[in-house]
Amino acid sequence: MSDRFERQRLVPDFGIDGQEKLRNSSVLVIGAGGLGSPILLYLAAMGVGHIGIVDGDQVSISNLNRQVLYGVQDVGKNKAEVAANFLRAQYPDCSFTEILSFISVENVVELIEPYDLVIDGSDNFPTRYLVNDACVLLKKPLVFGAIYQHEGQVSVFNLGIDSCNYRDIFPNPPKADEVPNCSVTGVIGVLPGVIGNLMAMEAVKVLADFGSPLKNRVLFYQAKSASFYEIKISPNPSAYSLMPKNLEELSKTDYELVCEGLPEISWEEIPSQIPSNVLLVDLREPDELPKLENWSPALIPFSQLEENFDLINKRDLIYFFCQSGVRSLKAVRLWQKDFPQKSVFSIRGGMKAMLKN
Amino acid sequence: MIAEEIGQSELVLDQLDSTELLKEYLFGQFPKLQSMKFSIAINQQLAQGDEKIPEGAEIALLPPFSGG
Repeated sequence: MSDRFERQRLVPDFGIDGQEKLRNSSVLVIGAGGLGSPILLYLAAMGVGHIGIVDGDQVSISNLNRQVLYGVQDVGKNKAEVAANFLRAQYPDCSFTEILSFISVENVVELIEPYDLVIDGSDNFPTRYLVNDACVLLKKPLVFGAIYQHEGQVSVFNLGIDSCNYRDIFPNPPKADEVPNCSVTGVIGVLPGVIGNLMAMEAVKVLADFGSPLKNRVLFYQAKSASFYEIKISPNPSAYSLMPKNLEELSKTDYELVCEGLPEISWEEIPSQIPSNVLLVDLREPDELPKLENWSPALIPFSQLEENFDLINKRDLIYFFCQSGVRSLKAVRLWQKDFPQKSVFSIRGGMKAMLKN
Repeated sequence: MIAEEIGQSELVLDQLDSTELLKEYLFGQFPKLQSMKFSIAINQQLAQGDEKIPEGAEIALLPPFSGG
């Protein structure tokens, strides 16, 4: 019988079984941009049963060199909506769910949980770490791919026991100043086509149990030299200390904050005698223990920080710390908004880091 | 990304015995690398922390990308 899947059913090892597996699978595609476009087109063309599409962004004219799902008539419209409507018309035998918002700590679990596999085609580090951590905690297979100008990387995470994830390659999110700003670096239009299609292929392999997916391997592609480079990765236990331990911790993690590049300093760099023009501030509430020994910090709970800005402003250099280093980063962010000229640091890891040493 | 900073995509270096020594050398030669994030692979295996570099090894510096 001839139908739209005939040609792939004829491939040995894929066959009727592979097609049936695709038909019964569901995939969540995060980001319907340069990577998302080819991923969505091919997964729908191959007959993946259900596809979720997450994107809160609108099509802009500068997207059109690479985001091949859209045309000039779509500028200003939500990407997930345009993509889902287009694919529904092309492939009425597949079902689609569009989510017209960005993925966040609030919705990530609810969005990912119902799907068999997740594909990360997002375009920023906070989202990439959020999606990775959520997929690790939910034990969801994750197809990862990312691009830069004329280079790309692809891998598959969380395929059973001993399977690596993004934090095994890059344990910490880079700070904003450690990586070029993507919106200004440019990208060769066909590059996300190459990487997105490699990602779609890996997704199909995992779903249809076909071939050997890129488990514990990362594939790097360099367009300029037309070369691929593969490295092997293995689980890196020290990377996991930086990851939320459970979904509860995940829901409280501020992924934007950790990627913002706010100034941080370690306890080792704090002088044992604090000079009179320097202020060390304990942002914890009075009931949080243990108290800091050796230094006598100013006790200004985070909840009362802004009322005390005038007091803090009397010193030239400010060190904020809290229990784990999150509130102190937020304090730096607040402080810099009002006093951008002043030297300020958050003490990395807060009291927890002090106790570890 | 890193190749642009170094000005070439491949370098041949005298033996450096560990990834820490390698980083020290590279940071001295190419100070801009100090403010860039990258992982290191030795003979196509990702290094974790400070690792020994065998003689004649092929080293790759791997920056994270976020683009999509």
